[in-house]
Amino acid sequence: MLLSMPVDYLPIAMMFVVAIGFVLGTMVATHYLGPKRKSVKKLDTFECGIEVQGNARIPFSIKYFLVAILFVLFDVEVIFMYPWAVNFKSLGMYGFVEMLIFMSILLIGYFYIRKKGGFKWE
Amino acid sequence: MSVIAFYILTVLCIFSALMVVFSKKPVHSVLYTIFCFFNIAGHFLLLNAQFLAIVHIIVYAGAIMVLFLFTIMFLNLNAEVEPHKSNLLKVAAVVCGGLLLLILVSCLKGAENIPVNPMLDTQMGMVKNLGMVLYNEYMLPFEMLSILFLSAMVGAVLLGKKETK
Repeated sequence: MLLSMPVDYLPIAMMFVVAIGFVLGTMVATHYLGPKRKSVKKLDTFECGIEVQGNARIPFSIKYFLVAILFVLFDVEVIFMYPWAVNFKSLGMYGFVEMLIFMSILLIGYFYIRKKGGFKWE
Repeated sequence: MSVIAFYILTVLCIFSALMVVFSKKPVHSVLYTIFCFFNIAGHFLLLNAQFLAIVHIIVYAGAIMVLFLFTIMFLNLNAEVEPHKSNLLKVAAVVCGGLLLLILVSCLKGAENIPVNPMLDTQMGMVKNLGMVLYNEYMLPFEMLSILFLSAMVGAVLLGKKETK
């Protein structure tokens, strides 16, 4: 059994540092390097060349929320596949059938949502 | 090495948690919460709890915070009509928060006296070991979980979907 230590995550931490450093570096660099021409017209917000009406804070459709909740459910389902995939070989046929039952029950849910038109946009 | 990482993560975590409360814009609060969650995931990694760390990032920072953003957008918080709470509510919030702090401090006061179990398996929280336990010993609860998901899906569709005749 391979012993895992928090130190093993050092490369990932370095990756995070490099990624954040690159983003911050380019943002600061463009701020100082680029020419700045500020005018009222140029700083105006616009949508595809059309002038803005009202602001961005408008209440929007609850249909997005249904999609978001369904996303959370399938997201949690994917989490359970992670320890299963790691142990796939050692669990053998037993684990495979187990996951098959799990997935088929969730697939029933998926077909239910499809049938009810949960993914449809009215 | 781990100690340095712990202190960096803790400072960032407390800073972002404070910014959640202090930032005036609700969307910024959500972004700071996500940053805080990433730091907590780092803490989990330091505690050798891989699975918890990955769950924290995928489910909490990924999915739950999407829901939070949606909820904030539903609230229609315009700058002019931003709801201001009365002073009585503010006092009540301070009292409640203070009581919670008191409870937490009193719970953690005796924590350093608890002896560490030398038999504790430090590899317990690894994905591999957790998977072996979950898919052998706790097979039935795992399968029941799929039924829980099914009922949650049905509930979400029934509540959020208009019946089309």
